Amino acid sequence: MKEELFVSGRNIPNIDPYLHIWHWQIPIYLFLGGLAAGILFLAGVYTILGKDKEMQATVKWAPFIVPFALIIGLFMLFLDLKHKLYFWQLYTTIRLESPMGWGAWVLMIMTPISIIWSASYVREVFPNWDWKFKFLYTFEAWVIKNRWFIAWPMAIYAVILGIYTGILLSAFNARPLWNTTILGPLFLVSGMSTGAASIILMSKNHEERRLIGRLDLLFIAVELFFITHMIMGFLAGSEVQIQAAQLFLGGEFTVPFFVFVIFLGLLLPAVLEILELIGFKVPIVIPAILVLIGGLIFRFIMVEAGQITRYLY
Amino acid sequence: MRYAMAIDTRKCVGCSDCVVACQTENNVPIGFCRDWVSETVDGTYPNVSIELRSERCNHCDSSPCVRCCPTGASHFEDGGIVLVTHHKCIGCGACIQSCPYEARYSHPDGYVDKCTFCIHRVRKGEDPACVSVCPTKCMFFGDLDDPNSEIVNVLKNRKFKALAPEAGTKPQIFYLV
Repeated sequence: MKEELFVSGRNIPNIDPYLHIWHWQIPIYLFLGGLAAGILFLAGVYTILGKDKEMQATVKWAPFIVPFALIIGLFMLFLDLKHKLYFWQLYTTIRLESPMGWGAWVLMIMTPISIIWSASYVREVFPNWDWKFKFLYTFEAWVIKNRWFIAWPMAIYAVILGIYTGILLSAFNARPLWNTTILGPLFLVSGMSTGAASIILMSKNHEERRLIGRLDLLFIAVELFFITHMIMGFLAGSEVQIQAAQLFLGGEFTVPFFVFVIFLGLLLPAVLEILELIGFKVPIVIPAILVLIGGLIFRFIMVEAGQITRYLY
Repeated sequence: MRYAMAIDTRKCVGCSDCVVACQTENNVPIGFCRDWVSETVDGTYPNVSIELRSERCNHCDSSPCVRCCPTGASHFEDGGIVLVTHHKCIGCGACIQSCPYEARYSHPDGYVDKCTFCIHRVRKGEDPACVSVCPTKCMFFGDLDDPNSEIVNVLKNRKFKALAPEAGTKPQIFYLV
């Protein structure tokens, strides 16, 4: 029997286009959060391992980006709010069930840690820096003495921040493309990868770049594995999830997803990094920049595509 | 007490009186709405059937919008009515993303707005505006915990469905089919 079905939903001009409520601010916020998480995780881990002398860019230089990334990220979140003057209520409530609430609090903890971390290195970078107040010198001395202990919560919170950028989306059951538990780990490794890429861009030490480059290769491999699993999971899921996966498998996001995310953002940098590892002269800056751009486009695509997937009834 | 609504899809003619009544009663800004009428056509001509549904917030028992709200602006009132406290809402849009029924919208004043089951009328013992104006009397509003209410009676005697129950939200608007 032939069956035809169409829904002439509502036709209300000011609502239907605006249910697509998250625009460019959210992907930028997620990208910067992931980047910050990646850098702080690696900085924390190498400090814990006692390699802070060998890994100068990882532990000292790259973390200088983080406070700026987090503050810009928070500003993006602020720009996204529609009732801006009421934003402070994020910090007068604790709602354990709300991913948005978790994110606000994690950032509230992460941003000061990253500022303190970078501040403790300021005088190594600018030897003439003057803290003006004596208690700041005392505090700085305390932080420098206890870096190893600060590195632990920093690395752990970095993982929470990285996973959170995925959970913010995956907690929405109403958007089938986002509603997969693998999105948290996926955004975490993607964030680690972009963090590693920015360390590579800032490092002047060949050995450090090689080591972080290898790590980045691992992150890219895991990311490809997670993306494959995400799509396999969708295809084995219910109709709404199959339709969500179709957006990437022939639907309107196929070309940007495969060209910019999979090929230019993951496969090509991976190949270039492998070539570099086996001895070819490849300027490692190229894969690093590709990874960063790929990570940003990936978040744009996920946020945009997720908002057009919905329950069918 | 558990407020719910039953809507007879076989009586509804899709006149949109419920939509206009809601907009008037609740001062909904022009171009926005808290309820709307959906039309689904099944089959191939000449064997077609139309289903008309007056849709709105389902005041779900397990509301993803209440769960994901970071400030507690979205909350449950007595009787399971889901409300947004305007001065607590920061307009982050999480609840709009979380709703499988797309029942929420961003009010031009910044906060998120949606159907309130006309709680100001219900507290006075009246029906919501949409129910009270329906010319075909196809909508029933009442308390599911009251065995003598009209809605319990109608749900006992008719086949009904809810929208997207697979979303796990336990919706409380029932469509008589």
